[in-house]
Amino acid sequence: MLCDVCKCNDATVFLTQILEGKMQKVNLCDSCSKEKGVQDPTGFALADLLLGIGAAEEIEKGAPTQRCGVCGFTQADFKKTGRLGCSACYLTFAEGLGSLLKAMHKGTEHIGKLPQRAHREIELGDRMKSLNANLQKAVTEEDYESAASLRDQIKKLEMEIAS
Amino acid sequence: MKFANVIAVGGEWLRGEGPHHQIVVSSRVRLARNLRHRAFPGWAKKAERTQVLELIKPRVEELPEMQDSFSEVLQDLTALEKQVLVERHLISREHAAKSVGSAVIMNRRQTLSIMVNEEDHLRMQSIRSGLQLKSAFKLVDKVDSTLEAKLDFAYDPKLGYLTACPTNVGTGMRASAMLHLPGLVLSEMINQVIQAVNKIGLAVRGLYGEGTEAMGNLFQISNQTTLGEKEEEIVTRLSKVIETIIEKEHDARQMLIQRKSNTLWDQIGRAYGVLTFAHAMTSKEALNLLSIIKLGVDLGAFPEDRRLPIDELFIDTQPAHLQKSSQQKLNADERDELRAQIIRDRLRLFPKPDISKVARESANGSTSEPQTNE
Ligand SMILES: [Zn+2]
Ligand SMILES: [Zn+2]
Repeated sequence: MLCDVCKCNDATVFLTQILEGKMQKVNLCDSCSKEKGVQDPTGFALADLLLGIGAAEEIEKGAPTQRCGVCGFTQADFKKTGRLGCSACYLTFAEGLGSLLKAMHKGTEHIGKLPQRAHREIELGDRMKSLNANLQKAVTEEDYESAASLRDQIKKLEMEIAS
Repeated sequence: MKFANVIAVGGEWLRGEGPHHQIVVSSRVRLARNLRHRAFPGWAKKAERTQVLELIKPRVEELPEMQDSFSEVLQDLTALEKQVLVERHLISREHAAKSVGSAVIMNRRQTLSIMVNEEDHLRMQSIRSGLQLKSAFKLVDKVDSTLEAKLDFAYDPKLGYLTACPTNVGTGMRASAMLHLPGLVLSEMINQVIQAVNKIGLAVRGLYGEGTEAMGNLFQISNQTTLGEKEEEIVTRLSKVIETIIEKEHDARQMLIQRKSNTLWDQIGRAYGVLTFAHAMTSKEALNLLSIIKLGVDLGAFPEDRRLPIDELFIDTQPAHLQKSSQQKLNADERDELRAQIIRDRLRLFPKPDISKVARESANGSTSEPQTNE
């Protein structure tokens, strides 16, 4: 039996794990099991490895020819390592990653901590959205006085966001 | 602080003073963070990794939590020194393999350790004795909040913190506890527990071995997913499951005392005999026998004040700690010999197991007679 990771050496390490009721198996050769830190209690999760292997195929479907504009990472690289190139890769490969993350995690949206800065950005973004909606409405209703005031507010907000 | 000083004193978690410390050896929480638009360490070129290191390291060193800290770039640590840190769970095995462009910073109490350029730009870990996941999270969360003001962390409003591996995205948090479960292993109930825990999306694995072949009856339990659940919820859920496992372990021990007492005393007696008289011992054998002695202390067969020397031996008999203490490189046979010698020395004044003490003290609020019906 060949190693699931390098697909060239004979597998000597056989692992199984039950994750959320599903039995998962992975076969590794000696060197891959060492490289993947199978013996390492702190760094290794079988699921990481398994999902990493499946992940490459998922991502391939989503973005066959894409390359991350920030770091130059491609799906072929993901297939090799099971890791992404940089934070922007999450955008580049968003399509393929979506279903992958869904299979991997409890939910699809983060509901925990975010940096303070993020809360401010999200809040400003929300305010911008509602101002734009109001402006649309004012224009449709030919309420030019409100529209002018809304435009001023949007300009101010744009400056705040830029700062 | 120098490496020698780090090694001279055991970390706080090694002293075993936290809640439920008899069964829960340690609690750990780690957060993964990355800088925006910078290649993750595994993909970055050496120059880029070094740049990121230079951005992050001073910010970490100036943390109030890192006053009087140990801070070192990995190429300045010897292979043996790195291995010692791995054996103390202060850095990961993966990190120990790193060199130029990576660093480790930890506080004197060894409750907080921060790896720069491991798989992610930042891996911040808090480790405490016993079941203290909440306080471990609190510490690492505070450090994260301080750092986010100075470093531009990568996040997405929908996906949360962005990590090199998609399995960590969201909270970037892995909370785990190391449990000593000899009762469940001896009573052959451990597989049931592992399966039940796996079913609810938590991972269990043997600490030094694989699956149920856990050496020293040590198991690590941790959250498996990081997206779609709040940090506090994960920590609370994990803590509750661990409390249940602690109960199961207590039940298993009582069951052993009541129904398989002879097997139990035999195991404790043999462990004591071999540890006190052997002249060669592998790491695996040492861990397994020490585990039984630790159980003996828990049950009252050995006096409580003998707990610390046993807990210390779990770490001090690991290969790198042995070589560090002997100041020279040893082959496997020499290690086994030295290991046996250190154990013999430390157990020289160790009293024989006293089963009668178990009968009186096992009560502990839960049961009374150790050798009843059967
Ligand atoms: Zn292989
Ligand atoms: Zn990228």
